[in-house]
Amino acid sequence: MSRIETIISELSSISNNPRKAMEDYKKETGKGSVGVMPYYAPEEIIHAAGFLPVGIWGGQKSISKARAYLPPFACSIMQSVMEMQLEGVYDDLEAVLFPVPCDTLKCLSQKWKGTSPVIVFTHPQNRKLEAANKFLAEEYRLVREKLEKILSVQISDEALNNSIEIYNENRQVMREFTDIAANYPNIIDPIKRHAIIKARFFMEKSKHTALVKELNSALKSLPVEAFTGKKVVLTGIMAEPNEVLDILKDNGFGVVADDLAQESRLFRNDVPSGTDPLYRLAKWWQEFDGCSLATDAKKSRGPMLMDMVKASKADAVVVCMMKFCDPEEFDYPIYYRQFEEAGIKSLFIEIDLETTSFEQTKTRVQSFSEML
Amino acid sequence: MTDTTTMSAKELLGFYQEELYEEARQAKIEGKLVCWSASVAPSEFCVAMDVAMIYPETHAAGIGARKGALDVLEVADEKGYNVDTCSYARVNLGYMELLKQEALTGITPEKLEKSPAARIPLPDFVITCNNICNTLLKWYENLAVELNIPCIIIDVPFNHTMPIPQYAKDYIAEQFKEAITQLEEICGKKFDYDKFLKVQEQTQRSVAQWNRIASLSSHKPSPLNGFDLFNYMALIVCARSKDYAEITFKKFADELEENLNKGIFAFKGNEQKRVTWEGIAVWPHLGHTFKGLKNLGNIMTGSAYPGLWNLTYTPGDMSSMAESYTRIYINTCLDNKVKVLSDVISGGKCDGVIYHQNRSCKLMSFLNVETADMLQKENHLPYVSFDGDQTDPRNFSPAQFDTRIQALDEMMKQNKEGVSNE
Repeated sequence: MSRIETIISELSSISNNPRKAMEDYKKETGKGSVGVMPYYAPEEIIHAAGFLPVGIWGGQKSISKARAYLPPFACSIMQSVMEMQLEGVYDDLEAVLFPVPCDTLKCLSQKWKGTSPVIVFTHPQNRKLEAANKFLAEEYRLVREKLEKILSVQISDEALNNSIEIYNENRQVMREFTDIAANYPNIIDPIKRHAIIKARFFMEKSKHTALVKELNSALKSLPVEAFTGKKVVLTGIMAEPNEVLDILKDNGFGVVADDLAQESRLFRNDVPSGTDPLYRLAKWWQEFDGCSLATDAKKSRGPMLMDMVKASKADAVVVCMMKFCDPEEFDYPIYYRQFEEAGIKSLFIEIDLETTSFEQTKTRVQSFSEML
Repeated sequence: MTDTTTMSAKELLGFYQEELYEEARQAKIEGKLVCWSASVAPSEFCVAMDVAMIYPETHAAGIGARKGALDVLEVADEKGYNVDTCSYARVNLGYMELLKQEALTGITPEKLEKSPAARIPLPDFVITCNNICNTLLKWYENLAVELNIPCIIIDVPFNHTMPIPQYAKDYIAEQFKEAITQLEEICGKKFDYDKFLKVQEQTQRSVAQWNRIASLSSHKPSPLNGFDLFNYMALIVCARSKDYAEITFKKFADELEENLNKGIFAFKGNEQKRVTWEGIAVWPHLGHTFKGLKNLGNIMTGSAYPGLWNLTYTPGDMSSMAESYTRIYINTCLDNKVKVLSDVISGGKCDGVIYHQNRSCKLMSFLNVETADMLQKENHLPYVSFDGDQTDPRNFSPAQFDTRIQALDEMMKQNKEGVSNE
């Protein structure tokens, strides 16, 4: 097995087995894990406490218990998160960090069915004002206080600034990775690409950085691959389950860039420099754009996606629409119109973590592939 | 000028609603500014600057109640709006699309021509506030981009912990300052702070009369039919910063008090049980929902929804105004939400609760299970929920509604006879 294959295999195995990653971390450090709900929570605070931040993104599941607590028109990801709460999947977490950037999350933050304590905070939405930074820094101060109390630790500014640097390095290495991976769409197929990125959620970040760094240089040493398939940019919340990515792969699609909340949106910006770590983290949210959950009266997402298509020489955009996610659903008509006007092709597929039948997606992807 | 002094409250309601639309149409003709506003966004700033206001949620509800929603929903559908999103937003974005087509081509689209709703002019700018949902942020982003106009945002962060902290009020008050700066730029004139104070005072007088009406449902039997609040709500939304609302609400409260003194009640002698309605009305089926309850002798005397406009604050104090706009019960944690509803239920001396599982409104639906459970543990009152939608007529089944309220009626009867529902 080549070093490239070994690294990919290691990261894939971590991304497929978060529980083992938590257990390994505990064995190694004696410390537990803290859950991080979507979207855009300041994980750095958990890292600075010495605990493992673990991303909570639901999973492929049929929904039964959650039906009693959520109507069917709640988004697919939160249906599956609720189901797993009720199954006790998250109960080994020391705490759960819970941002509320949409109406569904506001409600879900008030009805956690697991046993871990939940720390809720609100992102400001009038983001370009200085007052928003002050507000968010204050919310983060309370998050830090609550974490310190629950975890019985002190989180110093110094430790937090250090964690921010570790995260920024990971962000930078991940941006390099997505750029490099675009040149090797056969080796880094859609599923492997996703697994390498997803492993970030279950690893201490400097370890993830080290492996991806090594992977990047090993990839760069290879000649750029000839690719006969079609290159696409993914946009949306997430592109799971793997069956969806399998369909893309089977139809000869390579992912050359993404605008997914679970992937590149998390690392396309660094946390800006400064001395007050909480203010720095708050400022990240101000500078972040092009996401349905971060209010933007200019709606820069469409133009941003078009720039991504151009820069990555993509053939099309694949819209991965999370079922019943209204923020994403409201963005769609605007960027779709902009794509049409600019002659950019796009394919709309529905993301449903509960489904086990992918025939419709398969048909859509096949006919789109023929159209390109 | 029309003499309003002899009008009944109901006549005043109709008169002022039409007057507001006419003022906006006239403003457009005269080249004055028109603003579209979220229903619980602060109205004080724009009114102080003499901007004509249109409230898309009220307009959409009106289209729904007049059975005109499907035509415009179809337009939104064609534009790519998912049928799972808020139907107020889809009705309005569809309607906006028709107005835009008309403005661009000079030809009035057929669907606009035959829409039963009041004609409204396109906005020169929009103002939104997320105190009743974040959908209002997404919806108004889209209006601003589609029409290429400015968008004023008042963000009131979700109050996950009560009481509301000062730093949240400070953030909102800072946004008020920013809104004033934006308005000065849009209107091309200085902000009139003296007038603003007067508008704040007017708003308080309107809110006081609104609260006076709502409090009358505490009488047993009730002189107020709670469904009337859904109708009068149009003016607390669209005219609370003008005297139109105060005049109409005072008249209505006076009429109700007079009835009370004379022993005239909303359901005459037929008030048997009293219910709380949690959620927005089902506008396209308002008659069906009202009559269904009335036929069983059930009067609605509790609803937290009209209380969204209980915007009591101290004029001149921006922090107090900020608090009034952010403390709305659906913008607060579950414990506070339950407390507010508990007061509504006991204030209305209710025997049961109806929860509207509103396909359009995630924020007002996803905590209903927990809310109902916590309230029942506290007050032992029966409850039911039904599936509906505020303006999309397709998401409501009259038969399901009837069955559910019959079940509630049975449980309330048993409860009154001393049989436990637990």
